[in-house]
Amino acid sequence: MQVIESGNVAAALGVKLARVQVVAAYPITPQTPLTEKLSELIEGGDMEAEYVPVESEHSALAICIAATSAGARSFTATSANGLLYMHEQIQWAAGARLPLVMCVVNRGVGAPWTVWNDHQDSISQRDTGWIQLYANDHQQIIDTTLKAFALAEEVMVPVMVCYDGYLLSHTYMPFDVPDRELVDKFLPPYKPAYSLDPMRPANLNTVTLPDVRRDIRGDMTHGYMEIRHLLQQDMLDAIPALKDIDERFKAVFGRGGNPYIEPYRCEDADYVAVSLGSLSYHLRDVVDMLRDEGIKVGVTSVHLYRPFPAEIIADALKGHRGLIVFEKALSYGYQGTLASDIKSALYSRTWDQPHRPFVINYILGLGGREIATPDLYKALKESCTPDGPKGEETRWIGLKFFE
Amino acid sequence: MQVKTNILSLPEEELVHPGNRACAGCALGIAYRIGLKALGPETIIVVPPSCLTVLQGLYPVAATKIPSLNVTFASTAAAATGVLAALKAQGKEGINVVGWAGDGGTSDIGLQSLSGACERGDNFLYVCYDNEGYMNTGVQRSGTTPKGAITANTPYKGKLQQKKDVSAIIAAHGIEYVATTSAAYPLDLYDKFKKALSFGGVKYIHIHIPCPPGWGFAPQYAVKVGKLAVETGLFELSEIEHGQLRHTGASLKLLEKRKLLPVRDYFRAQGRFNALPDAEIEKIQENVTKRWEGYFESLDDIE
Repeated sequence: MQVIESGNVAAALGVKLARVQVVAAYPITPQTPLTEKLSELIEGGDMEAEYVPVESEHSALAICIAATSAGARSFTATSANGLLYMHEQIQWAAGARLPLVMCVVNRGVGAPWTVWNDHQDSISQRDTGWIQLYANDHQQIIDTTLKAFALAEEVMVPVMVCYDGYLLSHTYMPFDVPDRELVDKFLPPYKPAYSLDPMRPANLNTVTLPDVRRDIRGDMTHGYMEIRHLLQQDMLDAIPALKDIDERFKAVFGRGGNPYIEPYRCEDADYVAVSLGSLSYHLRDVVDMLRDEGIKVGVTSVHLYRPFPAEIIADALKGHRGLIVFEKALSYGYQGTLASDIKSALYSRTWDQPHRPFVINYILGLGGREIATPDLYKALKESCTPDGPKGEETRWIGLKFFE
Repeated sequence: MQVKTNILSLPEEELVHPGNRACAGCALGIAYRIGLKALGPETIIVVPPSCLTVLQGLYPVAATKIPSLNVTFASTAAAATGVLAALKAQGKEGINVVGWAGDGGTSDIGLQSLSGACERGDNFLYVCYDNEGYMNTGVQRSGTTPKGAITANTPYKGKLQQKKDVSAIIAAHGIEYVATTSAAYPLDLYDKFKKALSFGGVKYIHIHIPCPPGWGFAPQYAVKVGKLAVETGLFELSEIEHGQLRHTGASLKLLEKRKLLPVRDYFRAQGRFNALPDAEIEKIQENVTKRWEGYFESLDDIE
């Protein structure tokens, strides 16, 4: 069914279709319309689930962690400082190997306070053991939410579905809401191998020693490091798993085919812009303008950011002359994390090759600073020449310092 | 409903294995064993980092025969809500959900999530075992450490501030049942657990837990020290049922006999109060006497 709705409603409809059983949420802008919609669906009887209006984001994720441990499909959503307040629980959910899904409606982090969009919130949670998927439009928000549950439950790793605050969360766009019967076919009910059960008592997330240890039957069991290594292995296994899920999704709904990256006019491109989220669609306009001038440039958006599909990204990008990475977040004291990650992926695969693309890094749009198309045009155009800017320092677009 | 359990009518089934990792003489061992007898095997327990985490054992060995979810320090009550929500969503009934945290995990870092759950009226039992400090991390002061107690981070003068009255804070949420009890009175504890399960919403039980290494007494005296706390009137066995306070067990007997032991007997039985001067003990005695005289008077009013 085609509807015109906001990105937050797209996410809420995805959560409803996924037959989520427990929702816990705490209000934070710009996530609120998403969780308000869920409370409306649940209280109005359109969705069968428990909705817990908690007293903090830390508790929101605590409830999802416990509910998933007790066998229920669970969901929460947050933004910015709410996500940061969850940080301890985020790591806990990954370590406990719980397949819960959280929407991160991207917003800049304080201080100073900002309610507007950038990616610093979810990027700051990059290394927590969660899968991170970035959506570029409303259709991708609802589709990715459904795929996220399938992926999480396949590899038993939690998933963040990230989308831009305001730019996507509060704008209205047409998108297709999948049919309930088809979703049920795509996403069967959550059936964990173990959930808390008095008939089968177990002590979960116990203190675990540095070394391996025998259990009471004399069998060897993992130490902390083996458990953490398995998280890394299963994160990497999520890369092929996402491809299978995307193919299954496409077979049922007819949409998909770009599980990891979404290239636009990149086949013959000398230069490729790279970014996360809706900015990559904004860059398509700029690419079209430059193409009209005869500059061979394309844009690629990264959909799966963690686990980082390094091989796929390096293969897609290594043949170009230059890569221009536009980011709404950075690792303070160095550079944008996507730029670092792309360089790392390229280095491992091109260090002995005669050609390696240059990589330059633009930082823009922090705290909702307007990203003006002429600024993007100028930056991309001057980067698409052999004599353009080089080096690893970050170049900031749109700064307005004055004497 | 007031059931009186005696030592012969306690269930024989043990849900805590012998040989767990509690310290010698730990009163939590008593409270946990008796508490689980009251709760029975159809129970899911939520445990934050605390001495109980250690008692329950190191992976892959567990000392308890009920499913247990270890959670982050601040999230005991929220996690209990999560278990409850999942059971409800799956139509599973007849399972007791219990959060069991220490005094730091309750009165300090866990107070916000507990308050949230009380306000929402989530249907689980919350147990705070109060050994009056962060014992698991090596005896640091907590919100419930009493005034004058030497701890690892109040090393010379002892704690300068008063003990936080957690059960009064929780009772102020208007929940149906709040109880205080002590590991030194296992039958009082057992009856309160049983009774708590008959109420809706969050039920709160606060257990006084003497701690031999943390308080500075020999392991064989945990029950003796726990009894002294009650018999001196410093710690009260009580219930707040639908807002009505009443004393129970040994505290009720004190009320009837109108005779308290001197608080000095309690303080001088433990090393942690060595820096507490006699003058300070006198002051505490005056406060305790005054408080109990208030109870006696209100009893006179009723009679």
